[in-house]
Amino acid sequence: MTIQASTAAAQFDPESVTTDDSVVRVEGICKRYGAVEALRGIDLQFERGKLTTLLGPSGCGKTTLLKIIAGLIPATSGQIVINDRVVTGPGPERAFVFQDFALMPWATVLRNVGFGLELKGVAEGERNRIARNYIEQVGLQGFEDKFPHELSGGMRQRVGIARAFAVNADVLLLDEPFSAVDEQNRRKFQEDLLRLVEIERKTFIFVTHSIEEAVYVSDRIVLLSPRPGRLARIIEPRIDRSASPDEIRRDAAYLDVVEDIWQSLRHYAE
Amino acid sequence: MTVFGFRIPMMASLLVWALLWEIVGQLDLIFLIPPMSSIFSAGLGLVQTASWQNATWITVKSFVIGMSLAIAIGVPLGVLMGRFRIIDNICGLWVNMFVSAPLSALVPVLMILFGMGETTIVVTVFLFAVWIIVLDARAGVMQVPQSLIEMARSYGASRGVILRKIILLSALPEILAGIRIGLIRGVKGVVIGQILVAVIGYGELFELYSRSFDMERFWALTIVLFAAAMLLSAIVERAEKRIEYYAGAR
Repeated sequence: MTIQASTAAAQFDPESVTTDDSVVRVEGICKRYGAVEALRGIDLQFERGKLTTLLGPSGCGKTTLLKIIAGLIPATSGQIVINDRVVTGPGPERAFVFQDFALMPWATVLRNVGFGLELKGVAEGERNRIARNYIEQVGLQGFEDKFPHELSGGMRQRVGIARAFAVNADVLLLDEPFSAVDEQNRRKFQEDLLRLVEIERKTFIFVTHSIEEAVYVSDRIVLLSPRPGRLARIIEPRIDRSASPDEIRRDAAYLDVVEDIWQSLRHYAE
Repeated sequence: MTVFGFRIPMMASLLVWALLWEIVGQLDLIFLIPPMSSIFSAGLGLVQTASWQNATWITVKSFVIGMSLAIAIGVPLGVLMGRFRIIDNICGLWVNMFVSAPLSALVPVLMILFGMGETTIVVTVFLFAVWIIVLDARAGVMQVPQSLIEMARSYGASRGVILRKIILLSALPEILAGIRIGLIRGVKGVVIGQILVAVIGYGELFELYSRSFDMERFWALTIVLFAAAMLLSAIVERAEKRIEYYAGAR
């Protein structure tokens, strides 16, 4: 059981986080909404096979940054580079998981999961085969022909996650995916997410407002400060994933990181 | 509803009112209210006359044409208004004005414009039905969840695909509700139009019966119209029920 919270070494320093292996590069991103400055000068790199969490109080622009990376919101200045290509809109190398699931209520689980493939023009048979595979992976076999309103919140988000995996994107963008899920399910989800990070060699960018969740699932935590959103600190929790989930959650070092982040953020809480 | 522990079927109250009507009619108090039984037999005779069949054909024809136009124009206009602020600003005032305006007052003007014929009736049906269809389609489109549109965009959907696969399907319950209310308004439109023009279809018959104090036939015709309007509404309601399973779950 080793958790080395390398908080001392991880004070934000742009030079130290630059790597050649990055799949996603965020370069000088600024975002203004009229007179309101939402994001200022964000520079970040995201590596393959790693899960990075964007964490911060409300108003720090973490969801805005995620949607800019997704190409859903245009940045005011700066650029997003994915696989060495500057992108300006959504693309097939990225998949998004939504906070409110964003499932089509008129479509079955199977069609919802296959929707990304349907939009790509994948033939129905092939599309359903892939969708069934991922439905099974997220533990929803037997629910293929159910409609979203027949599922619980947790099951609905499993559909959303299966849909994102089905398109086989390099980068997975998750916008507070577990915040509308009840507590027991959330823990299960976090464990499932870690398993998926391990098997699928993808780049995960995760937004949450839960410090515990961030420390538990992340390889790296990017702390943003609000109004305007800026990089405050970068923390690498370095959790030994071989320990059982319950052991990790009781570990002193894990709790120290949680406490450390809380101390950084507490003065933003009203 | 249950009375003394017995379950009463839905339309049973109609029978009570029909019975009451029959009693008042049999008492021969006012000539306006003949007994229900003689209205019924008059109705049976009426539907066999060539004049009724002819009038019905004309009425149904103008109704169907007017409604088709109202749906074909109303739904796209409502969708455009829901999607584009500028179109909403340009058309919103007029739609809101016309949806509550006393359109019957316009029929004489329409007669001048379109003559004393079927065209006027078609336009009247259209004007009665179209506005509520526009407003409901607009409301349906405006409440499509933003995240569903973002979802489709993030998976690479073009504007056209988003419109077809997300917006129209998501707004379908409201669009159908608008069409149902539009149909009921359209029935009003066809009757009011024909009565004001007074020389075609049911308007001609109404005019004829009321002028000759033929109250049995007058009421029989009225009942036929009421029944038709309710039947139409029930048919669309059934269609709405079929898609309600997702409308309630948004």
